[in-house]
Amino acid sequence: MKRQKRFEKLEKRPVHLDGFVKRWDDEGLVAMMGKNDPKPSIKIENGVVTELDGKTQDEFDLIDQYIAKYGINLENAEKVMNMDSLKLANMLCDPNVPRSEIVQLTTAMTPAKAEEVISKLNFAEMIMATQKMRPRRTPATQCHITNTLDNPVELAADAAEAARRGFPEQETTTAVARYAPMNAISIMVGSQTGRPGVITQCSVEEADELSLGMRGFTAYAETISVYGTDRVFTDGDDTPWSKGFLASCYASRGLKMRFTSGAGSEVMMGYTEGKSMLYLEARCIFITKASGVQGLQNGGVSCIGIPGAVAGGIREVLGENLLCMMLDIECASGNDQAFSHSDIRRTERLLGQFIAGTDYISSGYAAEENKDNTFAGSNMDVLDYDDYVTMERDLAVNGGIYPIEEDEAIMIRNKAAKAIQAVFESLGLPPITDEEVEAATYASNSDDMPKRDMVQDMKAAQDLMARGITVVDIIKALDEHGFDDVADAVTHLAQQKVCGDYLQTSAIFDGNWNCISAINDTNDYKGPGTGYRVWEDEETWNKIQDVPWALDPKKTDF
Amino acid sequence: MAKEIDEALLRSIIKDVISEVGTVETPISFKDDPKTSAAQSSSNAAVATQTRPTANKVDWFKHVGIAKPGFSKDEVVIAVAPAFAEEITRTMIKTPHKDVLRQVIAGIEEEGLKARVVKVYRTSDVSFCAVEGDSLSGSGITVGIQSKGTTIIHQKDQEPLNNLELFPQAPVLTLDTYRAIGKNAAQYAKGMSPTPVPTVNDQMSRVQYQALSALMHIQETKQVVVGKPAEEIEVNFD
Repeated sequence: MKRQKRFEKLEKRPVHLDGFVKRWDDEGLVAMMGKNDPKPSIKIENGVVTELDGKTQDEFDLIDQYIAKYGINLENAEKVMNMDSLKLANMLCDPNVPRSEIVQLTTAMTPAKAEEVISKLNFAEMIMATQKMRPRRTPATQCHITNTLDNPVELAADAAEAARRGFPEQETTTAVARYAPMNAISIMVGSQTGRPGVITQCSVEEADELSLGMRGFTAYAETISVYGTDRVFTDGDDTPWSKGFLASCYASRGLKMRFTSGAGSEVMMGYTEGKSMLYLEARCIFITKASGVQGLQNGGVSCIGIPGAVAGGIREVLGENLLCMMLDIECASGNDQAFSHSDIRRTERLLGQFIAGTDYISSGYAAEENKDNTFAGSNMDVLDYDDYVTMERDLAVNGGIYPIEEDEAIMIRNKAAKAIQAVFESLGLPPITDEEVEAATYASNSDDMPKRDMVQDMKAAQDLMARGITVVDIIKALDEHGFDDVADAVTHLAQQKVCGDYLQTSAIFDGNWNCISAINDTNDYKGPGTGYRVWEDEETWNKIQDVPWALDPKKTDF
Repeated sequence: MAKEIDEALLRSIIKDVISEVGTVETPISFKDDPKTSAAQSSSNAAVATQTRPTANKVDWFKHVGIAKPGFSKDEVVIAVAPAFAEEITRTMIKTPHKDVLRQVIAGIEEEGLKARVVKVYRTSDVSFCAVEGDSLSGSGITVGIQSKGTTIIHQKDQEPLNNLELFPQAPVLTLDTYRAIGKNAAQYAKGMSPTPVPTVNDQMSRVQYQALSALMHIQETKQVVVGKPAEEIEVNFD
């Protein structure tokens, strides 16, 4: 065929590198209301659910059993199931119906009913509903702190800078699993240097992750994954009960935790039972509620390429975030994985959660260059910081990231690098040289760092676990080297696990260890003039509106 | 006696070859019929669902019965997923499975150890493939490989979802990487602590390949047989 010149040009645009798939209901490649999704139904006899979404009790699989027993507010269930889904959808975006009222209804739905209600909303209505339904009044966001070399000095410096830029939660993982304890310690020390009150996690194998938390190296966990079909659970040697048990392990040690799920995971694992992404995700959200877990990371997450590949997929993703909030659960709303080659499409992906505001707009903004992101890349990274802040400024939205001055970044990166150097010395870990401290202070990615002996680092990381090192040893190390303020912050962090306030829904800390959660910062949106408005939050708004690159008309020298 | 090839035959051969390669061109119809022109436009964007004939017999990849636990300390097991080499023959970036195995085995042999290949049927999950391999491996070290190319090095006493090294981004794995993976696996089997194979991070590979990856994994998962033990595979690269 003789090529049409415009089509040839269009084909070269970045969007054509993304993957797209046509609908295939029987393998779950459909966003919502798939042809095999069940019709909503419930039957309750003597306080026991005997029918759920078209299945009778004897046909229940593990997930049905779990949800039927623990996941639904039975008091209102029959009433809500008899309500028109369109009416419920209307109530969600009607500002005159307060959040507290509608939660009584939405927690009494079944997964299929929830899917039906969400499917009535268009994207703009979902934004309206999300603005009202997110549990915490003040929005925030979360970041990833990683690098492909697991370089501890750079981790600490990046964590400190990210803390200054406003991330109240930071998440690391490893390029090589055996590094886990060292990465956890590095971002914990770095973030407390940057701003006391940040909480950190290290996403690794579940038993290791719990052990890191119990030693005080981390303060929360997130990567406890749940799935929408039994086969995906059992393929990973799990059941809803084993995940519920793990959740209790964290809670009982005073560690905040949330589950993770997201559209597309069942497709990726090959066991969808022919159901749509939103129906399967609804089951995950109900499993989370049933487990008594306070929060969920969802919204495609690491499988975002799957909803992203089907029609209406990004609408589905905002829909699943909204459903999480409708069950009165903290929502870390995705936007945490490389999504598109197209900058236009990357912005589109973020837009719903960004405009509405969620508990964590991103559940992992790359606070390193994407090439160093060992979660395989995020939707946005450090090199997008100024664009992101400009979007906040343009739209007058608090997206959870604030601009900082270059000298402040240099100062805090240096301090964090020195703090982790001190900790390594006291704990007898392979030394961090002054040259590394200097490099980390000015580095943008791990190519800027001197190479470390990775074999020695890994051995030392394993050894520190064997030696029974805990957070107390880290506090002592910081104190011995004169990092009194950082030692104090790490001590406060450890104390928080004893009082446990931050196990409440959507909890974060401010710089003075005040716990801000859905309990004391309840979302009170009821239409114009209510709820969170960034210009009423003066300190935050001033940071955003006075970006360092805006001219000051009063001081301009022509 | 030279056989004369006439022009018509030559043309038909060329046409067959071109159609096999899949670039056969259909002329554009300028008639006002939207249906036919829609059918003609090939959609590059949509990943086509590939239906392959199942259970291809492959001469270089021979099943020789149920795999038994090995007792020789100097062997590393390579546990491949259910569709490997047979229902699916190439990785996500079209590297032939034969070449992948050849390189992993070469890496192991380079260290003076023996490689044993088994095919797992109970699961299509890369970690659990490797875990089944661990129980068969005399050294307790296994390299698990999925058909799409995702690879793991696993050791017997580790939690299933832990690993010695994990290579989750199949699109960045080259034949050199597979050889290095084999070499490192063998070094672990010898009780050494090798420097991990450098991980290349391509944050865009997910975006580009996730949908294709799902389709390949669906195909692989269709080959799972609950309860079926792993089979010993004899490979022949000659």
